Amino acid sequence: MFNRIFAIAKKEMRQLKRDIRMLFIVFFFPVVLLAIFGYAINFDVHHIKIAVYDQDRSEYTRDYISGLISSEYFDLVTYIDNDDQIKKMLDEKIVQAVVVFPKDMSRRLLSKQEVKIQFLVDGVDGTSANVIQNYVNAATYSYSIQLTKEYLAVTGKNLYVPIDLQPRFWFNPDLQSTRFLIPGLMGMILIITAVISISLSIVREKERGTIEQINVSPLSSIEFILGKTIPYIVISLINATIVLLAGYILFGIVIKGNILLLLLGTFAFLFAALSLGVFISTISDSQQVAFQAANVTSLLPSLILSGFIFPIESMPIAIQVLTNITPAKFYIVILRAILLRGAGISAFWDQLIYLGIFGLVFIVLATLVDKKSKNK
Amino acid sequence: MNAIEVKNLTKVFGKFTAVDNINFNVKQGEIFGFLGANGAGKSTTIRMLIGILEPTYGDALVSGYSIKNQSDLVKQNIGYMSQKFSLYNDLTVVENIRFFAGIYGLDGKKYEERKEWVLKVADLENMGNVITGSLPGGIKQRLALGTAVIHEPKIVFLDEPTSGVDPISRRNFWDLINELSEGGTTVLVTTHYLDEAEFCNDIILINAGKLIAQGNSQELKSNYIKNPILEIESDRVVDSLEILEKEKWVGETSIFGNYIHVILNDSTINEQHIFQLLQNKNGIAVKRVEKITPTLEDVFIHLIEKDSKKNVQ
Ligand SMILES: Nc1ncnc2c1ncn2[C@@H]1O[C@H](COP(=O)(O)OP(=O)(O)OP(=O)(O)O)[C@@H](O)[C@H]1O
Ligand SMILES: [Mg+2]
Repeated sequence: MFNRIFAIAKKEMRQLKRDIRMLFIVFFFPVVLLAIFGYAINFDVHHIKIAVYDQDRSEYTRDYISGLISSEYFDLVTYIDNDDQIKKMLDEKIVQAVVVFPKDMSRRLLSKQEVKIQFLVDGVDGTSANVIQNYVNAATYSYSIQLTKEYLAVTGKNLYVPIDLQPRFWFNPDLQSTRFLIPGLMGMILIITAVISISLSIVREKERGTIEQINVSPLSSIEFILGKTIPYIVISLINATIVLLAGYILFGIVIKGNILLLLLGTFAFLFAALSLGVFISTISDSQQVAFQAANVTSLLPSLILSGFIFPIESMPIAIQVLTNITPAKFYIVILRAILLRGAGISAFWDQLIYLGIFGLVFIVLATLVDKKSKNK
Repeated sequence: MNAIEVKNLTKVFGKFTAVDNINFNVKQGEIFGFLGANGAGKSTTIRMLIGILEPTYGDALVSGYSIKNQSDLVKQNIGYMSQKFSLYNDLTVVENIRFFAGIYGLDGKKYEERKEWVLKVADLENMGNVITGSLPGGIKQRLALGTAVIHEPKIVFLDEPTSGVDPISRRNFWDLINELSEGGTTVLVTTHYLDEAEFCNDIILINAGKLIAQGNSQELKSNYIKNPILEIESDRVVDSLEILEKEKWVGETSIFGNYIHVILNDSTINEQHIFQLLQNKNGIAVKRVEKITPTLEDVFIHLIEKDSKKNVQ
């Protein structure tokens, strides 16, 4: 039995080696995706250009500014010295934001009065403007606390802050989107190698008639499918490794959790994805149909419905139900748990069960459709 | 024991009956010819016999096993070469051989031995590393046959193995079929070429899913056409045919290059009548008229026309 499975797997590898189009889908596509999502769609806002209109020119304003630009979020481009320049700076897009310190800032601070710092943000790009506002809030808040502490220290008291708001994104402390994207990207890349390649490879045998010769041999469907999937499992694991390595080298993401759990989750996911691929191959008669079907059922949902980019919790209920058609959804939960949080199996065992059920449902469906086709 | 026994085998696709209640037996070790026009139901029948298509009705014993309930056992005893070329065009010759040997569980010395045999019969002894898709048609077909019997099955099914192959390659292919048969393998082969049917021990003819004749070529020729046949060689074949077809005593006619075959409804008609009609009345030069024993082609044209007329009524 193993010899027969092995014979299929070896044959598949040999064919793959000569099939440029398939090699492209299997290896090059993931690299392209990695590049696009890793770099181009970078949700982070970095190096926001700012100008400073400092009418106070005190120790306080210097501290505040250095607090801002010590993070990599802000770059100080220039100081300006009149109101007209503010408009010019923003209109000509020389800077994205202008900070205006009032003339009497240090005087008011010393006399314990409230100070208003003006922050003018270019609002054309709403997302960036939002992010800038958040960063500025956080920077201002912490500077404000620091000043309070200093003041109290002088008066010999300790600061009691009843609620210390620390807006940290727990599993993604520095709000690095890339970090958050890597698991989704991995799910998407694997679903492409798994669903698309397995369905194309089986349908191609139907299309060319080579499957007849296999059907008359004593080879069972299980042996055939196992033999067919082994090469793609190997390739998927290679791709997964590439994505993880790229994540480490390019974005400094280390795997926090257990590698064996990662492997277990990946196998569960591959089982589900390959079952879907096999099912698609039973309902398609041509590679073109199979490719379309694989796209519609795996690639698109894994991009849109998996929680990869759009959080599932914020979708309408009907769509939330629909998200279950993609095994990538469950895999991404597992990956985020292991990669970002270093969580154990208790955090995602239910996802493993979903993947198992998903895989079983499609394998059973595929078997039923295949049985029926014997009568046609 | 017969190698194959077919009983009331029927296949219905939707409302269309592709194979209609056919019965025949194939003897152990013989070459069995399965003839019929395009769409007659040959491939459908074979696909049922090899266990990849379920019959709608009826059954068959292949190597003693029922195709309905024991298709797994059937599969262990047969080889099959489908009508569509079904080796992998993108693999080399040896890679194909290795793959099929692999799924039939051949390895070690046995594998080496069978590989050499396949390479030899396909005339590819020093070309194991050639990509299969680049081989000429005739060679491909022999390679396909070689791999189809790599596991030395008792029975092999060949579905139109020589269609689209040049005459010399067809000859070589048939040499290989004869070699297999001499080695004790039962061969069931479908073909369009009636000259190939002459090489078969037994023949069946199906038309529109129905079996309309069976026997060896001698029996077919003597049992199915009782009326005399004349072969006529003339200058203007088409004109001659038109004239002949108007006569009451002319049954079926067919053209073979410069010849016309006429099956006579009236056995009192002889060569003289033909000369009279064509040459004297219509001025067509007739070179030769001769009474002949029917060819298989005559028999089949006769049978198919008869069957079609019956179906129309
Ligand atoms: N899966 C199917 N569904 C519906 N009709 C089919 C199917 N397979 C075959 N047929 C029809 O059954 C008839 C017999 O087909 P079959 O392939 O057995 O003929 P054949 O004798 O092998 O012809 P050919 O010489 O062209 O190979 C044809 O009319 C064909 O269209
Ligand atoms: Mg056919």
